[in-house]
Amino acid sequence: MIDRSPATRGVTYALLSLGSMVFALPFLWTVSTALKTPENVFRSPPQLIPHPIAWSNFAKAWTALPFTTYVSNTLFIAVTVTIAQVLTGSLVAYGFARFRFRARNLLFYLLLSTMMLPAQVTMIPVFLIWRQAHLIDTFYPLILPAFFGGSAFNIFLLRQFFLSLPKELDEAALVDGASYLRIWWSILLPLARPAIVAVTLFTFLAHWDDFMGPLIYLNSPEKYTVSIGLRMFQDSFSTNLEQMMAAALIHILPTILLFFLAQRYFIRGIALSGIGGR
Amino acid sequence: MAAREGLIGTLFIAPWLIGFLVFSLGPMLASLYLSFCKYDLHAMQWVGAENYRRLLTTDPLFWRALQNTIIYVAFSVPLGLAGSLAIAILLNQNVRGQRFFRTLFYLPSLVPAVASSLLWLWVLNSENGLLNHCLMVLGLSHRACPRWLEDPVWTLPAFVLMSLWGVGGARMIIFLAGLQGISESYYEAAYIDGASPWQKFCYITIPMLSPTIFFNLILGIIGSFQVFTSAYIMTSGGPGNASLFYVLYLFRNAFEYFKLGKASAMAWILFAILLGFTVVQFKHAKRWVHYEAAHD
Repeated sequence: MIDRSPATRGVTYALLSLGSMVFALPFLWTVSTALKTPENVFRSPPQLIPHPIAWSNFAKAWTALPFTTYVSNTLFIAVTVTIAQVLTGSLVAYGFARFRFRARNLLFYLLLSTMMLPAQVTMIPVFLIWRQAHLIDTFYPLILPAFFGGSAFNIFLLRQFFLSLPKELDEAALVDGASYLRIWWSILLPLARPAIVAVTLFTFLAHWDDFMGPLIYLNSPEKYTVSIGLRMFQDSFSTNLEQMMAAALIHILPTILLFFLAQRYFIRGIALSGIGGR
Repeated sequence: MAAREGLIGTLFIAPWLIGFLVFSLGPMLASLYLSFCKYDLHAMQWVGAENYRRLLTTDPLFWRALQNTIIYVAFSVPLGLAGSLAIAILLNQNVRGQRFFRTLFYLPSLVPAVASSLLWLWVLNSENGLLNHCLMVLGLSHRACPRWLEDPVWTLPAFVLMSLWGVGGARMIIFLAGLQGISESYYEAAYIDGASPWQKFCYITIPMLSPTIFFNLILGIIGSFQVFTSAYIMTSGGPGNASLFYVLYLFRNAFEYFKLGKASAMAWILFAILLGFTVVQFKHAKRWVHYEAAHD
């Protein structure tokens, strides 16, 4: 539906500029607040460009709460989960894409149907399992499930990608004496790079953001993740708003950095999931 | 050879299969059983359908939570779909700077839920928040501005508004990919036949995009029904239960009041509702979702 008349062009640009400005405003507002001195935060009318600029809010926010601990906990969980999910998820996807076995289609539909299962249905018994194992207030409940293929969405995405790679490659490698594991590692994984990168990004971000998991399983402050730790800031809402916004930006920044570093993979990965979902 | 292939294939999917049994199927059955029990982490007692009966007949908060959630879904899903589609159509006009605009629209959806809750808490602040400042610039008096998260009437609209900040995210990208997949020749034929832009939109874009709309609609409903973090952080369900969403109430029953049987029953009611919605939509889909023959 591409219309090339100058009038339509103009309207399109106007709408895009206006729309993206509205979308950017809450960001600018947050950044502006995070850089204000406490006296300037509640001034009316508000200053959009803070004067003076208080860079120290970031340092203060970082030390007001043990952010170094939160960040390293979150990174530890998110990185471990991501590696585990990409490895085991791609093994499972390889199994579904390249082998014929009994009940394969039935099992694959089961896998797909778990995407529609609301987490609340399994949440309580899973909590009881970890409680029985005396692993509440450890990272295990957040990490171990990732070693079983992880999210159905990832497996689905990787399988779709593997299916698009010619099977002759595998067969040629088999003739040359390569093992199945070797084919998975040295042929499929490198060729599926775009899908692997997309799955890596999605998984990492999902766990960098995760709130309900840590909320249920972590009790001791020294084990908190960034999202749980940020919540601790809320009590100081009226007194240290500028630090709270700085802390929120610290939480946001890595996600935006990752996006800019790998924009191509993000967009392709998402588009792939939508088209695959037909 | 075939038997060996089968064995190896099964071995490769074994991690998922084990995980499915331990973390999905087993817990599902356990949760179904629990939903017929009274359980507070100490004593478990079979009570039959009592949890369901009480929820449906004597628990006003259950109905309040369900009502809040349905209102939220009823506004945020259609508005969100329309917004995502509108942005995708604008971006698909081959304008210069498409990447730049796409990035600007996409960024909000990258913001982690907790950070976005804190950010919106401040945007929606009734005294000094960004939104009311903007409304005042547009001519509203300070007294006429909504007290978003303090006035029960404005709380749900505030949450819907906040959800719309994310319309430029994955759904929009999926729409954009769908739009780019529509062959230009349809539009050229329509142009020759003298179709107006609106006709092209209704008779080409919408039907060709219907599988994508359907996909986004199903996932949108399932996702919006599970709204939790924003309400937990921003309002704790208040004021006066105005933002007590279903999953928030379920979470409280499970992990604050330790009524694990009742919470399990709530989870199954939620599952039944979502399943019902999905089945109805799949039935309806035959009427309006158009699948191109031999697409792949």
